[in-house]
Amino acid sequence: MDHLDQLEAQSVFILREAYRKLKPLAMLWSLGKDSNVMVWLARKAFMGRVPFPVMHVDTEKKFPEMYAFRDEYTKKWNLDLLLGYCPPVEEMDPTLPPAARSAARKTAGLASMIETHKLQGVIAGIRRDEQGTRAKERVFSPRGASHKWDIRNQPPEFWDQYATPHEEGMHIRVHPLLSWREIDIWRYIERENIPLVDLYFAKNGKRYRSLGDSDITSPVESNASTVAEVIAELETTKTSERAGRAMDHESEDAFERLRVAGYL
Amino acid sequence: MSDTLSAARLDPADREALLDTATPIVIVGHVDHGKSTLIGRLLYDTDNLQDGKVQQIIESSKKRGLAVEWSFLLDSLQIERDQGVTVDSTRIPFRLGNRQFVIVDAPGHRQFLRNMITGAADAEAAVLVVDANEGAQEQTRRHAMLLRLIGIRHIIVLLNKADLLGFDEQKIRAVEKSVTELLAQLDLTPSLFVPASARDGDNIASHSERSPWYTGPILTEALAAVPSGNTRAALPFRMPVQDVYRYDDVRYVAGRIERGVIREGDTVEIGTQGSKARVAKVARWHAPERNEAEAGESIALVLEPDVIPARGDMLFLPHQAPEKTARIRAHLFWLRQEPLRVGESFRLRLSTAEHQVTVASIDSVLRLDDLTEQQAEEVGPEGFAHVTLVAGEAIQFDPFSPGTSDGRGVLVDRNQRIVGGAPLLGPADLKDGHAIHPSAGEVDGAQRARSKGHKARVVWLTGLSGAGKSTIARLAEKKLFARGTDAFVLDGDTLRMGLCSDLGFTEADRHENVRRAAEVAKILTQAGQVVIVALISPLVADRALARKIIGDAFDEVFVDTSLATCEQRDSKGLYKAARDGKIENFTGISAPYEAPTKADLHIRADGASAEENADALVTHILNVI
Repeated sequence: MDHLDQLEAQSVFILREAYRKLKPLAMLWSLGKDSNVMVWLARKAFMGRVPFPVMHVDTEKKFPEMYAFRDEYTKKWNLDLLLGYCPPVEEMDPTLPPAARSAARKTAGLASMIETHKLQGVIAGIRRDEQGTRAKERVFSPRGASHKWDIRNQPPEFWDQYATPHEEGMHIRVHPLLSWREIDIWRYIERENIPLVDLYFAKNGKRYRSLGDSDITSPVESNASTVAEVIAELETTKTSERAGRAMDHESEDAFERLRVAGYL
Repeated sequence: MSDTLSAARLDPADREALLDTATPIVIVGHVDHGKSTLIGRLLYDTDNLQDGKVQQIIESSKKRGLAVEWSFLLDSLQIERDQGVTVDSTRIPFRLGNRQFVIVDAPGHRQFLRNMITGAADAEAAVLVVDANEGAQEQTRRHAMLLRLIGIRHIIVLLNKADLLGFDEQKIRAVEKSVTELLAQLDLTPSLFVPASARDGDNIASHSERSPWYTGPILTEALAAVPSGNTRAALPFRMPVQDVYRYDDVRYVAGRIERGVIREGDTVEIGTQGSKARVAKVARWHAPERNEAEAGESIALVLEPDVIPARGDMLFLPHQAPEKTARIRAHLFWLRQEPLRVGESFRLRLSTAEHQVTVASIDSVLRLDDLTEQQAEEVGPEGFAHVTLVAGEAIQFDPFSPGTSDGRGVLVDRNQRIVGGAPLLGPADLKDGHAIHPSAGEVDGAQRARSKGHKARVVWLTGLSGAGKSTIARLAEKKLFARGTDAFVLDGDTLRMGLCSDLGFTEADRHENVRRAAEVAKILTQAGQVVIVALISPLVADRALARKIIGDAFDEVFVDTSLATCEQRDSKGLYKAARDGKIENFTGISAPYEAPTKADLHIRADGASAEENADALVTHILNVI
């Protein structure tokens, strides 16, 4: 087994655990590269099917290419798509810096979907190498009734034994991609030929490395216009992936505050 | 914000490294002995820092008016920086030459042991950081013990802050000797001692001029020499069943192969029941067709005949069966704040299996001060012990062995919280003196039966809530008592008011409720009683457990009332509440009811009066006592 085989096998194991233990369960599908890999891994785990709904928490500020992609692959992959919408930015915590405040809409949208569908499990495609606070995550990360992440009091997680909900109103965030690196994601996309939104590939010397809302995400300078070229570029870069995501950089703790409140 | 990404090509050796699977290395040691500083320095010296991160460290350090603090890199959480301690383990990818590593930083703060285990449990090797000036401290011993219990055998000891001893060879050798002796008591042999200063970079990524006498490998060389690769594929085949799916009329037995290899055409044995099946297909989706699979792969098997294994059943090849016993000797690391005492019951999770176990004895507890095994009544928080676990049924397992997933028992409490790790060592000998020996009475069962005029018996009524179990049981009790039969009803609600008031309605709690009811019923039969148990007991496995506990004097009676009738009666208003979502895990609505297929008596309660049904029960009881 090579490196990608091992990552795949571990993610499949995690998804099967989630499907067995958490009901109802849904997977977040942000339409980005990581969440496409996640849908793909679910199909690996369940013999070509995704036996639970995928959720798109729509900020209504995504790029038009992303909406087109969503509609096309919902059909092609036979997905049970649940849509959720986010409250206006005026309702968000005014003490957050502007971009983080905008991103907080997604937290609120997600929280309302979890309540509407009484979800016990939410599968999300975060990775440890993206950001310092994400590196602290568990594979199965319990959230209390207020959806808050209690970083100081996380359960032990070892020997493939994961937390299960034990209180009313709790849910578990499941992170099957936690051990993947950005380069692994791209290599897997290349190996499995997984479709992606075009925005990841360079046009006029710029491409998106990470996709969020169109108003708070900026492209990087790059000439990589194919998966192979993106991989070659990543092999040598020392710039971090989320450099183009404004809310990560507004203040030292903006992103952590978002995550403690329930952001991904 | 915009950055230019360089698109320079890598040489082939570098590409190779990036394709590699990272070797996990855990860094442990007493608080303030310099773990985080070591990692920060190591990443910097080996050119493994992303530009943004170095910038962040420098800014953070400046803001606090400090010189560059390498540990800030890891303590990327605000709360950690403010307190100056690492609160949780972190994994950092790290590259050395053409090899990938993942560094796991584990905290040294005492109450955070569980975070350390989270990080350290799957490491290939450990770096134990010891302050050369202070020597081994309490957490040094604790972490070393944990390295042993989670099965890490490759240990590099970094004697940090050697500059405080002026890199004096004699002084450093003395520290080395005392740490070696300490680890020997734990049955651990370190592979190397490196005298170093993490802050200044001595002997981390380059040989220090301050320790010319030290000619051994520096830290980076030692890491590069950590053995990699796993040999699990060469061991006998094991696949614990994770789940069973049915798609397009094909049943898939899903799981991850923990050891060995399986090929189409092989015959496998399934769990403890001894049934066998042939592997008709090793199924995968969107992957090259291969008729075999090896350790580490998550696959699905199609079996012939089409048997239905349960989650937790171990698949293995005939003649290569794992150990099977209901009494297990185990090591233990205890994670709960309240101490562990003999007699406590837990769920033992063992890969995908779950078993109810009771701690039959605490055989010894490790005293960390001098690393001796002591007799003790309890295991304190973060303690280490040897215990004997007893289960209601035989458990299949392979004894714990480093580098495999064998025998990795985890104890879970009633609230599904992980309270301890229990590497399973082997079957416990009944003669070792720690077993429970209930005193036998002078009056035996036959004497009681002669005196009462009938034999003792448990008649176990199962059925949906509202099926009429308690009504029928009470009527039968009255009728039997009137004719001189000493009958007694144990019903679910009564038990839940008292004996089982600590239990909820999760599957685990229901299981425990059934177990207690069965144990009480058993004691009553020893007193010569006819016991009529009225308990929903929805799962086949629960009733099988009851039968196992009680033995031969047991009859299963199915009070068969349709869900529609029960819901219409709804004497306690529970069905309505369950339909409204106010009650979770309600049998028949949101939790399964598995009807008996071979009940000793099947009462079709819908079509008859309670009186008639009670008469049928009385007739049955009189026949068997």
